[in-house]
Formats: sequence, C-alpha cells, structure tokens
Amino acid sequence: METFNKNMINRRDFLKLLSAGAGLAFASPYISFASANTDRRFIFIIQRGAADGLNIVIPYGDPAYTKLRGALAIDVSQATKLDGLFALHPSLAETAKLYASKQALFVHAVASPYRSRSHFDGQNVLETGGTSAYQMKDGWMNRLLTLLPSSQNEAIAFATTVPMALRGKIEVASYAPSALPQASDDLLMRVEQLYADDTQLHSLWTAAMEANNMADDISAKQDPASFGKLAASFLAKADGPRVAMIETGGWDTHTGQDGRLARQLKSLDTMIAAIHDGLGPVWQKTTIIVATEFGRTAASNGTGGTDHGTGSVAMVLGGDVNGGRVIADWPGLSTSNLYEGRDLKPTTNLDTLIASITGAGFGIDPTRISKTLFPENNTNKAIEGLLRS
Amino acid sequence: MTNPTEMNNAAIAVNRFGLGARPEDTAPSDPKKWLLGQINQYQAKPASLANQPITVNLIKEYAEQQQEMRKMDDAEKKDTKRTFRREIKDTYQEAVSARAEAALATSTPFTERLVHFWSNHFAVSIEKPAIADLAGAFEFEAIRPNILGNFKDLLFAVERHPAMLMYLDQAKSIGPNSKAGSRSAEKQPDKKRGLNENLAREVMELHTLGVRSGYTQTDVTEFARALTGWSIAGMGKDKGVNVEVNGFVFRPMLHEPGTRNIMGKNYSQTGSTQAEAILTDLANSQATATHLATKLARHFVADSPPASLVDKLTKAYMASNGDLTTVYRALIEAPESWISTPAKFKTPWEWLVSSLRGLGKQNLDNIKVGQILNQLGQQTWRPGSPAGFDDIAATWAGPNALLRRVELAQRLVAPLGDKLDARVLAEKILLGAISPQTKAAISRSESASTGLALLLVSPEFLRR
Repeated sequence: METFNKNMINRRDFLKLLSAGAGLAFASPYISFASANTDRRFIFIIQRGAADGLNIVIPYGDPAYTKLRGALAIDVSQATKLDGLFALHPSLAETAKLYASKQALFVHAVASPYRSRSHFDGQNVLETGGTSAYQMKDGWMNRLLTLLPSSQNEAIAFATTVPMALRGKIEVASYAPSALPQASDDLLMRVEQLYADDTQLHSLWTAAMEANNMADDISAKQDPASFGKLAASFLAKADGPRVAMIETGGWDTHTGQDGRLARQLKSLDTMIAAIHDGLGPVWQKTTIIVATEFGRTAASNGTGGTDHGTGSVAMVLGGDVNGGRVIADWPGLSTSNLYEGRDLKPTTNLDTLIASITGAGFGIDPTRISKTLFPENNTNKAIEGLLRS
Repeated sequence: MTNPTEMNNAAIAVNRFGLGARPEDTAPSDPKKWLLGQINQYQAKPASLANQPITVNLIKEYAEQQQEMRKMDDAEKKDTKRTFRREIKDTYQEAVSARAEAALATSTPFTERLVHFWSNHFAVSIEKPAIADLAGAFEFEAIRPNILGNFKDLLFAVERHPAMLMYLDQAKSIGPNSKAGSRSAEKQPDKKRGLNENLAREVMELHTLGVRSGYTQTDVTEFARALTGWSIAGMGKDKGVNVEVNGFVFRPMLHEPGTRNIMGKNYSQTGSTQAEAILTDLANSQATATHLATKLARHFVADSPPASLVDKLTKAYMASNGDLTTVYRALIEAPESWISTPAKFKTPWEWLVSSLRGLGKQNLDNIKVGQILNQLGQQTWRPGSPAGFDDIAATWAGPNALLRRVELAQRLVAPLGDKLDARVLAEKILLGAISPQTKAAISRSESASTGLALLLVSPEFLRR
C-alpha cells in the first residue's frame, strides 16, 4: 500500500477496486477522477446577519463615502490601504498580511441574486444557490460534492447540525467542540444498534462517529483561535474532509456598529490566521471564501449603525490565490448610482465568483460547475485567473 | 425514516401536543377533551414563576446602575460593570430554570407548549446583555398572559415591551423631522440621529404578515417613521411622558410628524395611535392569518404541514378576528393533526423537558438547564436572529447534535441508578408507541442506567 501513489488513488477507492475485481480495476471510472486536483480543500465561511462590506473593504477613494457614513466612516489613516480606491478595516491585520503576500483578494460590490432585504430569505438564496428563497431544496455545497470523486467528497460542518448550504444527497459530517463528558463506548455501540433500522438516525449517527473519530483535539474551547485550529486539524488530514463550512453570526449592526464590527472582524481575522497556521503545507491547496447574504445601507442610519442593504464584499483567501488585488467594477456611491437610492449596487454576481473559484480549484469545467451549483443563474462567464495554479 | 412506530391518540395528545408523559400520569381517555380542557385550567402565573423579578423593577435597576456608573472613575467602573454582568447572568439563569420548572410541574402541558411557541415566534435574543436581564420577564409578562386571547393583544404587549424595543433597536429610533430630530440636526449636523427600521421590518416580516407577502421597502420605512416615539420608561429624560404597563412610554418629542402611507392606506393619526392603527391592520390581515397558521401547523404537526390544515387554521383566525383559542380548537379538531406517524423531530428544549418529565423529575435539584441547553445547541432566548429558532428537523437532527443528546442522556440518568426500570418506563411514557427493536435494545442493556439512556435517545423518544 505504501508504494501506491496517494494522489492517483486513495485507500478507500483502492478497497473498492479490489472488491470490484482486479481485472476491472484500471478501467474503473474512479481513475479518471484521480487526475483532478483531488487533494484540494475548500472552506466556505458564511457571515450571517448582513456584513457591512463598505466598512470592511472601505472605498475611501470614493468621495461620497465619508459623507454617507459620517461618524461611522472608518479613519483610513488607521486602515491598510489596498490600492488607490480601497482600504482594509484595521481589525483585519492578519488578513492584510495575506493580501501583502498576494494570498488574499477581495471582490467588491458583490451580491447573490437575492434583491430584497430579509436575512432569512437572503441566507436561503445564498446557501441553496437558487435565485429566490426556498426554490431549491438542497445546498450548492452539497451539489459541489456530487461533482467530486467519491473518495474526495467528504465534507464537514463545524457546527452541531448541518447548515443549508451543505444539506442534500451526500451525507455530511458535523463537529463542534463539546463540554459534555464523552459517552461510554458501550453506550455508543448500543446506540448504533438502536438506530440500525432507522434510515435518518442511522446516517446521522454514522456521520457523527466518523467526525468524532477524526477529532484529535478534544478541547471544548470555542474562541476563534481554538476554533480555527480545530477546523484546520480536520482539513489538514490526508484522509480528512475536503470541503468545510464555518458559520459566523453577529454582523447585523443596526446600532453601535463601530465597536461591534471591529470585534467581529478581529474574531474572523484570528480564526483565518489559525486556519492558515494549522493547515501548514495544505494551505497551498486551500481556498477560503468569506461571504454574507447581502450588504448594508450606503448611508449610516440614525442610530450609529446601518440597515439592511444589497451589495457587499467577499473575501477569497488561500495559498495559491492570485491575490493582492481588489476586483471591483465599482458602481460609485453617488445617490444616482445607488441601488434603489440607498444601497451599494451589485456589479458582480457572488454565484459566479463561487463557481469560478471552486471550478478552478477542483479542476472542473466552468460550465459544468455553474450548471450544477447554480442551475437558475449560470449565464455569466467565469472569472478567470483567480488562482495561480 | 423506515417505519416509525405509530402513535395512538393518547400518545399524540401527550407527546405531540404536550410536553411528554410523566411516570405517574394516566393516559387521557378522551385525548381531545383533555387538550381542550387545558385552555380553562391554564395558569398565566404558576407557582414556579412567583418569585421572578418584574420588568419595571428590572428596568429601574438597570437605569440606576447606569447612573451610578457615570459617577465612577474608570477602575471602579470596570469592577462595577463586572458585578452587573454577573447579576444579569444570574437573573437569566434563574429565569431559564423557572421556565423549565414550570414545564416540569404543569398539568396543562399543551398551553405551556403554546407559551414556548409564541415566545419563539416573538423572539428576542440575549446577545445584547440588557436582553439577558429582560428575556424572562418578557416571556412571563408579555407572552404568558396573552396566549389565549386575541392575537392583537399579544402583538401589542410584545411590541411595547422594553425587551423587544431594545432588541430591535426601536428605543433609539428618532423621527428626522421630530422635535428631537430637528434640534439634534441643528446642534450637531455631522452626528446624524434618525430612523432605525429594524423593528418595523421584523414586525412585518416575522411577527405579522410574513416575508414575500406584498409589502415593500417603502412600507417598511413608513412604518418605521410611524413607530418613532415608542420607547422605554426610565431610560432617558421622562418629562411629559406617560409610563404605561411594563415600562412602555411614548415620547412625542421623537415622533415623526405627518400622515403615513402603508400598502396603499393612509394613516393620519398623530402620536402613538398611528403605529397602533397600523399594528391593528397588520393583525387583521389575511397574510398574517396564513403566516401564523402555517407556523402553528408546522410546530405541532409536520415540517411541511398539510395545506388543508393551514387552510382550516387560517379560516378560523379570520372568522374569529384573530381569536387564538378558536385557532387552537381548530387545530385540535382537525384530523390532519392526528396522523399516527410522528413527523416532528424534537428540538433540544422539547427533548430535554420531555426527558426530565419522563424521568419523573418534579424540580430541577442541581440540574443546570441553562447550561445543558447551551450544550445541546439551543440556548434559551438566544436564537441568534429575530426569526427565532427554526422549527424543522433539518435544523436539529444533525450528526453532532445527536451525539450530544447521547452524551447528555448518559449524564441525566447517572444519578438514578436502578431506581427506575427502563422497560416499564418505556411503555408508560411512550404510551405503547415503541418498536420491538427499541424494546429489545433496552432490555438487553448492561445496566439499568444504560437502559434509561437508550430510552431517551430512542427513535420513538426523539420524535413526536
């Protein structure tokens, strides 16, 4: 087994091939998959609550920005200037380092196809990959798994349950650190028998046990650094999950935005740095997308915050991201350029960005991937050159 | 799900509509009558909640604390802040325990479940520290007394409660052309103070009409203008305001003057009555009826409830002008509510409450319900969003979530030793709805406590 090239074929496939009969082995469809980027990792970090793109990647070069934001405008002397138009929020210090080493890029004025302002519908569209809420019953991440070779389609949600984006045909694990005493082996075994005839519980239990066996860090810490480290420990494994989702909340800053957004971004930044450090060499093959359901109003509201808006910013991070740039067909913030006179007008389709990144990463044809992930919204041309390799 | 075990009507009444059987309970001989009878026996303020602090006092304390802190230096302030935080945490944990004790002790579990339903429909979240202080009082004073009356009264009590006004940022919203707004614009033209549309949007989207029911962004903003002035007593200068029940005040200085137009109708009222008129129309709307009917049917019967059931509840609501008891009656009378296969996967709260009841717990002793629910992924009054906790299996039936229940079951039964026989208990609390496989697994277990743990995590007990 050691002599077998793991990039060509992994152990589980190998066993499948053996059971299928040696004569058939090399005509098997598994082999053709193996040439794709099989050890690629993809992480989706969702920002639930509508993150304020305009104060995360700040369009300081747009003359309307400071006027619209008033006291909420970020002081650019404290922020990292990304180019002549944009600067990065000062709390994103580690992310700024990734940008400097060209491993991070930002896509601004981006939005999913959703154009109203309900968090819950917006998140549903973002996660299912439909064009309207509740139109699709499974998530685009689960459909992504269907395009990967069976040996490489393990996915995990770092949560106690599986979020919408990962729900669907393919079984997905979930794991979150627990402070409860572990159940005895005897009880675990008996529970497994208890669920043997119950399709739903049996499959949940199998996924739970798989994730549990993989967790070598059983610390129950939930701080961003420990959480990032834990996520990285799963993804760094050669036989671990390839696709993962992390949920963050608390972005709905109707009031007290300055302090709250700074704290939120600091946590996100710390978690990303911990994932980067924990992945080691695997970081080179990893892409992270950070995105939110929609942005916030261009102007500040009357209570030190912002209300629900439309366009926002997405982050793309990873070892071979063709980074160090902000991609934006910038619509401008003057009143006539705002969406419905109040929000940043979206000029880039978030779905297209996701399809382009995952397609390039996993080596899947752009048309095929966008048809599968976003069946209702795939007429846009893929964005080229997002990854270096 | 392969062949979930069928439930008889008594099992359905007790486990689907109630909070789970207790070992000493006798199965209701007339399940419908048993449920309907609870409407007359419901206690808005049961003994378990008798010592809970009331809203007006909590608000007063909070305001006093804030005032005290203003006089302190930074070091002192930091210490005091820490003490206050600890006190708020205690208030919260005690309220959660009281809520759970009420659920263990109640002899009207159906109406108790309705309290939990409405409290989640009108969700507040303790992410904001002040809400942790008030969340219990909000449920006990705004929700509990109003679950059997007209929806409009429940709606008014909820939207005026300080916890809601604070959670959805209403207390800070100011009409740009109100007296306070104009004055602030003159004094500090850069420090803009004005509207916050958070409460207005969530009232329409979550509390009444429901999303995609035809209102527009303009309607939301107009409603936000009408709501300006709705505020909390004791949190500012209270000259010339009338403190009403539960700490609500209307501050005319903040109210945006003028007629509002919402969904084609003009509201020319002045002052607080303007938003009241709008809320009343929202409560009487067909969209609201459908929205509430769908949520009730989803909560009690199935994740995707039968359209015929939703229709019956909607009609009951409209025909009775929003009388909630009429809607509950329609729910109980409908044959769709009595399908014998369990279609609901219990939420962590439902599972924990039914487990404790099933184990015969009369009170909590040393069980820290607040912390346990946090571990199970459903920290009470912390749904993370104003939509409240989801009410479908996909949200709760997760791999890791299931493992947590197993871990917790083991811990809950540990102190019981062999005081209970799981085989006998299983028959009693599942009212016969138990599969041969589960029976066999329980009877084969190596110890009495393992048998009890298996019962609590059995497919039959996880669903209702």
